[in-house]
Amino acid sequence: MSIAQNMLNAMVKNKIEFVTTLPCKQLSCIIELLEKDERILHVPSNKEDEGMGLCAGAYMGGKRPCIIMQNTAIGVTINTLVTLIQYYRIPLPILISYRGELGEKVQCQVEMAVHTKGLLEQLKIPTYHFHEPKHLEEFDGILNHTFIAKKPVAILTDANFWSSTS
Amino acid sequence: MIRSDILKTIIPVISDKLVVSNIGLPSQELHMLDDQPTNFYMLGTMGLASSIGLGLALSQKETIIAIDGDGSVLTNLGTLPTIANNVANNFILLIIDNGSYGSTGDQPTYASGKTSLAKVAEACGCDNVFECKASETREILEKAIESKKMTIIVSKCQSGNIPVPVIDIDPAVIRYRFMEEIKARN
Repeated sequence: MSIAQNMLNAMVKNKIEFVTTLPCKQLSCIIELLEKDERILHVPSNKEDEGMGLCAGAYMGGKRPCIIMQNTAIGVTINTLVTLIQYYRIPLPILISYRGELGEKVQCQVEMAVHTKGLLEQLKIPTYHFHEPKHLEEFDGILNHTFIAKKPVAILTDANFWSSTS
Repeated sequence: MIRSDILKTIIPVISDKLVVSNIGLPSQELHMLDDQPTNFYMLGTMGLASSIGLGLALSQKETIIAIDGDGSVLTNLGTLPTIANNVANNFILLIIDNGSYGSTGDQPTYASGKTSLAKVAEACGCDNVFECKASETREILEKAIESKKMTIIVSKCQSGNIPVPVIDIDPAVIRYRFMEEIKARN
């Protein structure tokens, strides 16, 4: 089974029913699967902070949410993470493609990669970095932890992690 | 009429409905005029009332009314295509369009100039878009609720604010009591 399919199954196991996505080449596989998966409502959004607003609404409406996005947009979401997700104590797994890490072909992506962990640390967001395929084993536990903690939790998935899949 | 006048006229209609209200004075006015556990007050995060409202509408059965402003919608214009393409017939977006950023000193927005938010919403693919005078808001809102169709109302009113206290309810409490209401109704 592919990493992407494995991740979707872990989401369903953790009762996630609402996922919003922003596009990334590294995430195209999971977004494609998600669109076909009838167990989860997929609502693509146009901007990452908008997506987090949708997720906050879904959570309050009784559906566990998840947002899938690229690390380059973390800056766009800082106010929303702090004044909506953290302030109202809303659990939100943030599955992030960690562009600009080892194996990156686009130079500009490296510019946000060097700030990614620093920004998440500054925001006190629990952060996990998936670099090896074996890190996938932790995904189920991280999702479970997110809804217990009622916090945003970041899962950074880099090119090496995804290269072993598709 | 100014925004608080519209709120006064629609309170009999929305008082027992699930409402997401926009950051700043709109939430503070609603809180002062008719605080209810069915109101979700945004204390921060400008622009996301419509997104939170759509997420709620897509996740449960009850009617959701998001009360937004022209400035906030302009901040998050990407919300309109998302609303248009993910139809939730239990969702009403009420944009109180006073042509200004009311909470920050009434600076004019582009909605007071050449930009029509109703036309933008239609161009984004939204159906059931109604622009109305402030005095017509209650009647159109009532019809929208009865229609059980996703509706966007742009209510044009004057710029202006009334003195209101800040909301001193903990955000986790606002969220908790709102969710308890949703659970009880679904």
